[in-house]
Amino acid sequence: MSVVIIKAGLFSSIQDEGRKGFQHLGINPNGAMDIRAMQTANALVLNDVSEAVLEMYFPTPILQFKQPAFIAISGADFTATVNGINIPINQPIFIPANTILQFTTKKWGQVAYLAVQGGFDLSEWLDSYSTNVKAAVGGFEGRILKMGDSINLNYKPSKKETSKAYSIMPWKASVSAFYHSKALRFIAGNEFEELTATSKNIFSSGLFSILPQSDRMGFRLNGTALEFSENKEMISVAVTKGTIQLLPNGQCIVLMADHQTTGGYPRIGHIISADLPTLSQKSSNDFIAFTKVSIEEAEILLIQQEQHLHQLTNACILQLDAYHRH
Amino acid sequence: MYLPQPNIYPAGDSAITLQWGDTINEDANQQVMQLFNSLQDFPLPFITDIIPAFNSITLVYDIMDWHKKNSHVTCFEHIKIELLNRLQTPKENQHTNKLVKIPVCYHYDLAPDLEEMAQLTQLTTETIIHLHCQPIYKVYMIGFLPGFPYMASVDPSIQMNRRAEPRHRVPKGSIGIAGEQTGIYPMDSPGGWQLIGQTPINLFDVTNENPCLLTPGDTVQFYPISLTEFETIKKEENQ
Repeated sequence: MSVVIIKAGLFSSIQDEGRKGFQHLGINPNGAMDIRAMQTANALVLNDVSEAVLEMYFPTPILQFKQPAFIAISGADFTATVNGINIPINQPIFIPANTILQFTTKKWGQVAYLAVQGGFDLSEWLDSYSTNVKAAVGGFEGRILKMGDSINLNYKPSKKETSKAYSIMPWKASVSAFYHSKALRFIAGNEFEELTATSKNIFSSGLFSILPQSDRMGFRLNGTALEFSENKEMISVAVTKGTIQLLPNGQCIVLMADHQTTGGYPRIGHIISADLPTLSQKSSNDFIAFTKVSIEEAEILLIQQEQHLHQLTNACILQLDAYHRH
Repeated sequence: MYLPQPNIYPAGDSAITLQWGDTINEDANQQVMQLFNSLQDFPLPFITDIIPAFNSITLVYDIMDWHKKNSHVTCFEHIKIELLNRLQTPKENQHTNKLVKIPVCYHYDLAPDLEEMAQLTQLTTETIIHLHCQPIYKVYMIGFLPGFPYMASVDPSIQMNRRAEPRHRVPKGSIGIAGEQTGIYPMDSPGGWQLIGQTPINLFDVTNENPCLLTPGDTVQFYPISLTEFETIKKEENQ
């Protein structure tokens, strides 16, 4: 039994925490743009937080569940509905067979995640379910989802569940620890000090807009052009998700989940991991600003976020347990 | 031998880079490959990726795995110290990097930049082919695309700058030149290198347990084949 795509979305793909351990072969990590939303959706349905989920941009796909399922949506708020009735995000929901899940309006954010209890019945490639569109491998047939695709679910409903009506579980995940609306924090990149004093100042105080050419590979920014004191040729070096490269035209690109493994542009900074969920949820034409922090602060913020996720995961287990006893 | 200390800096809050100098040189790359081999043979905990490049090596780590057991210094400082220790007392097994012989068809149909290159260098295409096939190239790094090898060094007389306008589609298997580097496109892709031939061999095969033919540190030598041989090998490769 499965979930069927009855209308394709803009760019829907299967993602998990990303493919680790193969970057020395040029195999990039891919993975969810907003790792925290992916993990939250999983925690709500009591999956391992690293389980593969469906990542969706607006306009989203329309999905039909051919079987009962226990689902949760997290990340962007696209006004989720089941059979035309609005449902909350960040809250687990039981849906019966033949439920239609669709999203009607983009209210907040850029990318949403659907987790199903038990996960999708797919095969791993190099220890990950993430879709690598360029190499056409991983996820569902190595590509974005299209109309008619049918993805099997691992969850096998009991007889009793088959006759149950849809129900919203009475607990909600708090995701406020994962997002903020302030300047995005970065640690200095190896070439940051080579910027002119003016450019350093502009980067840490100015506003930059996100260009429409942005995608899962990177967010292209538009702002006052930045300059180095002297132009040096760079030798290619490994880059990471969140690396801010300065292009020869003085504009920046922030590398995201589908980034290449190596790059030859100067690195003026790296968005801290704790702020990548906030950045992932920005849409084109949104304005962003940057503020510099130390690696110590970046590590502390990342650990705090992980601890919040851990508490969230435990709370979900307790809630479901209490619900069943009740 | 004089071993300069690398410049060590964060590549994000979950990655660390060690870099030797600002140029491509054999000494720096030997340091990179020694650390790469050492970390593959005797891994450090918490490391999820080890990415060598020409004169640098970057390690991606899982800060939470580290935090569960330690909390007195930053994870970055801790890994930096571990790496400096490792550089002083390297551990590694004997490594014999493989030599891979790769057939290349230099027929004009598969080598769109070869004729212009001959005009610019004032060399015959036969000479260019000979010069391209003579060296044993070293795979310094793999990047840009899954399995794309950056190899050096190309004979100075056939070194060419990248094209001013990159192509929207470079066919899979194309052999390119960019300055002193030569590379192979493992799949169809946009690209700006000067294309002088094509190999029928698959460099990247998702059905294979080891999907990439080459790994950093390997060596490569090209040998010329005819268009007929190209078609035959290509058919066999994709059966």
